[in-house]
Amino acid sequence: MSEPRLIEISPVTRVEGHGKVTIHLDADNQVDEARLHIVEFRGFERFIRGRLMWEVPVIVQRLCGICPVSHHLAAAKAMDMIAGVDQLTPTAEKMRRLMHYGQVMQSHVLHFFHLAAPDLLFGFGAPAEKRNIFEVIKEKPELGRRAILMRKYGQEIIEATAGKKVHGTGAIPGGINRNLPIERRDHFLGSIDEMTEWAQDAVGLARDYTLEHEDLVAEFGSFPSNYMSLVRESDGALDLYHGNLRALSSTGEILFDQVPYSKYHELIVEDVRSWSYMKFPFIRDIGPDNGWYRVGPLARMNTASFIDTPLANAALKELKAVTCGTPNNSTLANHWARMIEVLHCVEKMRELLHDPDLQGTDLIATGDRREEGIGVIEAPRGNLIHHYKVDEHDQVTYCNLIVSTTHNNEGMNRAVKDVAVKHLSGKEQITEGMLNHVEVAIRAYDPCLSCATHALGQMPLQVELFNADGGLLDSRTQCV
Amino acid sequence: MSGTKKETGFTFTIDGIEVTAYAGQTVMEAADEAGVYIPRLCDHEGLRHQGSCRVCTVKAGGRSVAACTQPAAPGQAVENETPHLNKMRRDLVEMLFHEGNHLCPICEASGNCELQAMAYRLDMTETTRFPYLEPCRALDASHPDIALDTNRCISCGRCIRASEDVDGKGVFGYVGRGIHRRVAVNGENLADTDAQVTDHAISSEVCPVGCIIRKRVGFVTPIGEREFDKGLIGHEIEERRK
Repeated sequence: MSEPRLIEISPVTRVEGHGKVTIHLDADNQVDEARLHIVEFRGFERFIRGRLMWEVPVIVQRLCGICPVSHHLAAAKAMDMIAGVDQLTPTAEKMRRLMHYGQVMQSHVLHFFHLAAPDLLFGFGAPAEKRNIFEVIKEKPELGRRAILMRKYGQEIIEATAGKKVHGTGAIPGGINRNLPIERRDHFLGSIDEMTEWAQDAVGLARDYTLEHEDLVAEFGSFPSNYMSLVRESDGALDLYHGNLRALSSTGEILFDQVPYSKYHELIVEDVRSWSYMKFPFIRDIGPDNGWYRVGPLARMNTASFIDTPLANAALKELKAVTCGTPNNSTLANHWARMIEVLHCVEKMRELLHDPDLQGTDLIATGDRREEGIGVIEAPRGNLIHHYKVDEHDQVTYCNLIVSTTHNNEGMNRAVKDVAVKHLSGKEQITEGMLNHVEVAIRAYDPCLSCATHALGQMPLQVELFNADGGLLDSRTQCV
Repeated sequence: MSGTKKETGFTFTIDGIEVTAYAGQTVMEAADEAGVYIPRLCDHEGLRHQGSCRVCTVKAGGRSVAACTQPAAPGQAVENETPHLNKMRRDLVEMLFHEGNHLCPICEASGNCELQAMAYRLDMTETTRFPYLEPCRALDASHPDIALDTNRCISCGRCIRASEDVDGKGVFGYVGRGIHRRVAVNGENLADTDAQVTDHAISSEVCPVGCIIRKRVGFVTPIGEREFDKGLIGHEIEERRK
């Protein structure tokens, strides 16, 4: 019998931000505990206090370099409320929507092709030097080309609507600061057919992987949970920019529905645990033990009644058919859901690009000032809540951010433990490939740990194996 | 202030370029008219010259002088765009960044900021050599229409001169000495003064950085249409020679 051991995966790779996993093995090499720790602290909620309200959408987007548009828009929606604007001008709303669809598209494409594809193409236990985008491009050059060009398309949409591909300034309290010139519209329309075709192929790729690996997908990091997202106010359709809150149980029972997001704090409570900088939200009425929930692409496929674009809706029906219409609890099915959303975004962008409102000049609305504002959006990784209070001098006095990865904290921890138990328990030798299984489960959520703790820099993967006395048994380091 | 033009002027050279000047004109005034740009921060059209930032330092007759206050002289040979002078200017600008808290990525003046634009023009791209002083300065948002973020102040004094000489008010003034000298308001806070958003001192053209803020208009100008999205600082003067 060996001694108890602690395995540490630090940091987790091919995710955004810094995190580590600790796995405690008992004397029989059985997994005793497994946790995803978020080890960085950033403090945006505190240092935004005192800043001026119109600076907020520009400052808080610096939380992230991958999904800054989500924070930019969620903050802008909160500032709309404070500026007393309940209805944007058509041009402002449609420009913001276009920005958001470009953002979701580029972020999902980045995740699926650049971060997750090496695992899916080469296998979870493939040699570490094989698991990167360059090997994907070498093996599947056309796939790699499309990945780069699809992301470029989304990034250029962001640039056209926000002024820059990363960290722009488009959304301002009460509206937008630009419209879309005809020549830019025509540039995007010129390749929208190609983007649609490639998005359909990407859905097919993710679907085929899911169906061809039915047994793996069914068991890998999968477990029942509640799900929450915004849905469209009128009919419960998927709406990534605006709507009301809906939550379902793992069996599809409605937990709450069409609740205005300004009441989020009546529905959700955030729990704190000593070993992580990331909080653990749960549904107040159910409690922390069973009230935790998941958000993100798969959650949205579960909660949405339908999708209002035909190609994505047909793809949704295929996904829902796998579980006969009940919520899909398979963590890896997130990839399929993610590609359905890419297709949806491309369809929505086509709709918008044909809308003359994008060339409108009525950009900013005004209203009667309020002291409090809440903005909620469906970010690429899931539901995103921004909540602010502003004093009579226009200075922020309160800020609360609940980001997608925070909503998924309990889910990711459960996925880590599930995979650790299934793939590491009882093993005398722990290989790097085995540890990658744990990371694959985390990656399926496409977590943004920077956003969630509100960190930057190199992320060398360091895995250290300790005995019960804290002695280092083995150590491996791998650069991203 | 611009001198009174006479029928006939005189000539001198800046970097070998012949420039016509009139009695009473400074080197900078004559250079501006001739389409030769001399970098500057504390000087601003319509305000009296101060000569304090020294970014406009040129060599005339072998001496380093402030072009904004130095009278033009017949036959003078002025050096402006030399590696030595531009390095000195870059050092000055770099130190201005270090003395305050200049967070360009989140500043609403970004793209319209003369300090930022000057850093671009002077090619301030290398890793900084000086320690940031990181002063602790509070934001004054007490006024209903104006905010003052002195984290971004470079003590150019343009607001002081505009308020005194154009608005006739004296809302702003210097306090402290040496490295501790800074711009302050004449009162407990801005709300205590008679500042109005329509004052020349409050206009976006007077404050070269993002210190004096007109409330609720930040980021209204889209990226691509801001002042220095159109070209390097000074390009509009240099275009006069083309």
